[in-house]
Amino acid sequence: MNRPSSAWTDQRVEGFVADLLRSGVGVASAVVAFGGIIFLTRHGRAMPGYGHFMGEPLEYRSISGIIMGAASLHGRNLIQLGLLLLIGTPIARVAFSVVAFAYERDRLYVVITLIVLAVLLFSLAGGHL
Amino acid sequence: MNILELTLLIGLGSLAAGFLGAMTGLGGGIVITPLLTLVFGVDIRYAIGASLVSVIATSSGAAAAYVKEGFTNIRIGMFLEIATTVGAVVGASVASRLPVSAISIIFGIVLLGSAYASTRTASKSGSDGGLDRTAALLKLDSTYPTSQGVKTYHVRGVPAGFSLMFVAGGLSGLLGIGSGALKVIAMDQAMRIPFKVSTTTSNFMIGVTAAASAGVYLQRGYIDPGLTMPVMLGVALGALLGARVLPRTRTSLLRVIFGIVVAVLAFEMIYHGITGRL
Repeated sequence: MNRPSSAWTDQRVEGFVADLLRSGVGVASAVVAFGGIIFLTRHGRAMPGYGHFMGEPLEYRSISGIIMGAASLHGRNLIQLGLLLLIGTPIARVAFSVVAFAYERDRLYVVITLIVLAVLLFSLAGGHL
Repeated sequence: MNILELTLLIGLGSLAAGFLGAMTGLGGGIVITPLLTLVFGVDIRYAIGASLVSVIATSSGAAAAYVKEGFTNIRIGMFLEIATTVGAVVGASVASRLPVSAISIIFGIVLLGSAYASTRTASKSGSDGGLDRTAALLKLDSTYPTSQGVKTYHVRGVPAGFSLMFVAGGLSGLLGIGSGALKVIAMDQAMRIPFKVSTTTSNFMIGVTAAASAGVYLQRGYIDPGLTMPVMLGVALGALLGARVLPRTRTSLLRVIFGIVVAVLAFEMIYHGITGRL
């Protein structure tokens, strides 16, 4: 199905996608590691409580809470911010695919990709069914 | 044991899981939850949250390497992601309503299935049955590089593949795993897509599927920062090393050993689920 011209753009698109994924994971890991160091220096000697499920407090659950805490360099909020960037990496990839398919004038796949993107954003907004 | 010591141990365990997962092709995510619950006594809901996030890291890292090779079929992946992402959101919603013991038992059964599926190396696909109307309409047919030059393939069984992908997404959202084995079966067996195209496209899909349920898990308070930090960093680093050390080599002895470990973990998960010791 690839015409010569679209094969050329496909290659460029794929190079960009590879860079996007690699840098997304890299930046997310760096933020998580930075937050982890702060968290461990402050709370490393405390006792862990992972054995009993209580659910995280709102400041580690909501996007606004995570960003506010990370801005004041709270370790656990920085970790959550890094994880949020990680979750955002495949979402950014899908969003970029919408643009790439639009550029190739593939209307069917613009619609298909927009459906996937909508499900992802619905989930990130809480995804209550 | 304090948080610092536990974090280091969990980080090392996750590193090993990511390393072995990448080398054997089973994926590291599948052993993270049993490791955390059975060895470190972590609540299965926190364990599933941490595992799910680490799946995104390994999938995105590996997809970056695969995407340039020309095997990944973005159209097949994107079309099937409608099924996997909706399935993942449904699965994540079901997870918060099921008792912990039921999740543990389902996890054990899926773990056994994955261990069995990973023993299959060759595939029967590649037999080209000609044009399929649904596949043609969706522009799923494409080409892939082989040693004899570029080869064309035709996709079949679109409804069956799409349904299996919904199940794969549901299990991913329910258990916090990548469901890579089931995704490959859906493409390779049901849709007759060449094996190499199936595995790389599956890898591309895993990250997007996991992202769909990760949002729900985050909002529900299943993702604990202190716990997820060493898991995500450990698995990501382990997967990177695993892919570097033995590129494309599948040492059969290692696969057998890892398969046995996975099977033992599976029975433990089922046993703990039945006796309610989680």
